[in-house]
Amino acid sequence: MDVMPKWAEVVLVPFISLLLAAFISGLVVFAIADVPDTAITMMDRIGARLDFVWGAAKLMVNGALGSTYGWGYTLYYATNFMFTGLAVAIAFHARLFNIGGEGQAMLGGLGVAIACLYIPWPHWSVALIGAAAMAGLFGAVWAAIPAWLQVKRGSHIVITTIMFNFIAASLLNYLLVNLMRPKGSMDPATAHFREATNLPTLHDLLAPFGIAFSKSAPANVSLLVAIAACFALWLLIWRTRLGFEIRSYGESESGAKYAGISPFKITMIAMIISGALAGMMAINNVMGEAERLVLNATEGAGFIGIAVALMGRSHPLGVFIAAILFGFLYQGGAELALWTSIPRELIVVIQALVILFTGALDNMVRMPLERMFLALRRNKAAGAN
Amino acid sequence: MDYTTLIQLLDSSVRLATPLLLACLAGLFSERAGIFDIGLEGKMLAAAFFSAALASVTGSVWLGLLAGIGASLMLSALHGVASITFRGNQLISGVAINFLAAGMTVLIAQDWFKQGGRTPSLTGDARFEGITLPGADAMADVPIIGPLYSELISGHSILVYMALAAVPATWWLLYRTRFGLRLRAVGENPAAVDTAGVSVIGLRYAAVAICGVLCGIAGAYLSTALQAGFVKDMSAGRGFIALAALIFAKWRPWYALWATLLFGLFGALETRPDVIESVIGMKVQGQLLGALPYLMTVIILAGFVGKAIPPRAGGEPYVKER
Repeated sequence: MDVMPKWAEVVLVPFISLLLAAFISGLVVFAIADVPDTAITMMDRIGARLDFVWGAAKLMVNGALGSTYGWGYTLYYATNFMFTGLAVAIAFHARLFNIGGEGQAMLGGLGVAIACLYIPWPHWSVALIGAAAMAGLFGAVWAAIPAWLQVKRGSHIVITTIMFNFIAASLLNYLLVNLMRPKGSMDPATAHFREATNLPTLHDLLAPFGIAFSKSAPANVSLLVAIAACFALWLLIWRTRLGFEIRSYGESESGAKYAGISPFKITMIAMIISGALAGMMAINNVMGEAERLVLNATEGAGFIGIAVALMGRSHPLGVFIAAILFGFLYQGGAELALWTSIPRELIVVIQALVILFTGALDNMVRMPLERMFLALRRNKAAGAN
Repeated sequence: MDYTTLIQLLDSSVRLATPLLLACLAGLFSERAGIFDIGLEGKMLAAAFFSAALASVTGSVWLGLLAGIGASLMLSALHGVASITFRGNQLISGVAINFLAAGMTVLIAQDWFKQGGRTPSLTGDARFEGITLPGADAMADVPIIGPLYSELISGHSILVYMALAAVPATWWLLYRTRFGLRLRAVGENPAAVDTAGVSVIGLRYAAVAICGVLCGIAGAYLSTALQAGFVKDMSAGRGFIALAALIFAKWRPWYALWATLLFGLFGALETRPDVIESVIGMKVQGQLLGALPYLMTVIILAGFVGKAIPPRAGGEPYVKER
């Protein structure tokens, strides 16, 4: 029997971990706050710092959620994180730690660029399907090699995917500088994609319904693809035979083997889906936003996927919520960097704390809670007798 | 390629290999005790910042070095608490440490120095300067041996010699002392060590602490010897190359020296494409050289050229009652 009820496992543990991460982030902002010279006494200084933390929090909320412009950015970032979060999550279900989302997303960008530059698409909807397929294919191949190396040659998937991130960066650098850069351009980037491949933004999508949404925000139709991907993954993991096999393999490799589930098949399939999802992120950032492939287009979204998947407990709904929260943090952090002296790296710190508390220090939160629930149950049992 | 160019090339190989070597030995201790550490990068970065910051404030590079080691030890302690005490996932903990260091260094640098996330440039006693070994100037004009001694062997900062000395020291500690025997055993079969009445937890914390000290020196080298000050993300993937070198070296100290020197040579060649072209008569892309350590590691790990077998209990938290 489980020590904790399901709701505590699914909601309480991540919530407390998140509170801890938020509290420490608050302490960090408290420590680096700008204190006016007029604050002389100790109490004044503490008060000024607390004001600063409160102001920073308000600024983040306003900047990210206070306007359709803010929402447009929040949802744009969230779209990226949904893809990479799902990518890490599906691998987690098979107990594989795919740390290579960044490289897979870079390769996905290459796939999108090839599709958009060299194929004359008639309409954005066809282009989206074609580019998404290419992005998924490129990402999947980049993930399949480490997966194959793990099952067939015994090399550790974490180390190989880290190495593949760096190899992807070098490869992309080479391609952009030497092959794909338009003649006469000094910028290591491809040419702009054609008009026909430009995706409609949320402004374009919502205007027919009479909803005014900011024109300049980059959130686009990829958001709907990402939401569809969340749903599809939920179906796959909890409603299909394959999903059951992936979960059983993740629970117990030896048990799964005994039940006739092939580790080769599961590892390959889980990593291919993972890589394809990470690669498909490129339809949002490369096709939907920049509309050309630049160096470092992923901007670390592949790594944020780790935090998103951990926070969302690898459940598609959890990933969806966590992705929006990280989208909020990203956009809020950008506003913070714009209006205060706090650099954008604050988000990296928050991301680190989320990974630390919800991932590595999971037991620190769980162990006292388990003890508490045990004590509660014992009390109840004693009361009944 | 003439002799002078060769000496110059090897000289910069040694310079670039030094942080890799220190970090690689750091990873060696940790992983030999069964604790995977992909947070080497973060520890180096944190150490690079705090050593440059303290050196710039106090004007003493030695205080800077201590601060760097201290910062790296703090992150090691975090890794230890997460992965030894709370039996968390060591890989996830390492990832968190890397991000924590990447964010915190810029945040604190901006708060303290207001120079866009960097420290002021270090000069004079706030830097590790090259040491001229005895007789180097006198030897300089002797053919062949002269440049070899005065350019390649002499003239490095003290941290380079410390890193080189750390290789035999590591070998001796691991293979010739009781502590080393136990440390290696705890990475292979912690249950056996526990049965013998030796503390698995104590040994693993000790290994993680040694790892912290070595990463601290590696980071201090980056910002106070190789360069004069800290800049954002200055470790630039060196922690991961050190990890690659560790696999390449098959978790052995002397091999670690050769592996890091080789990777240092790649780094040196990246800045001298003319040398490669004159030697092999072909243009080699800089990006390929940059990716070579990673490619080689993938090939080695896959066992196509020799097999790299990690310590057997690596990555697994030790649970006493079972």
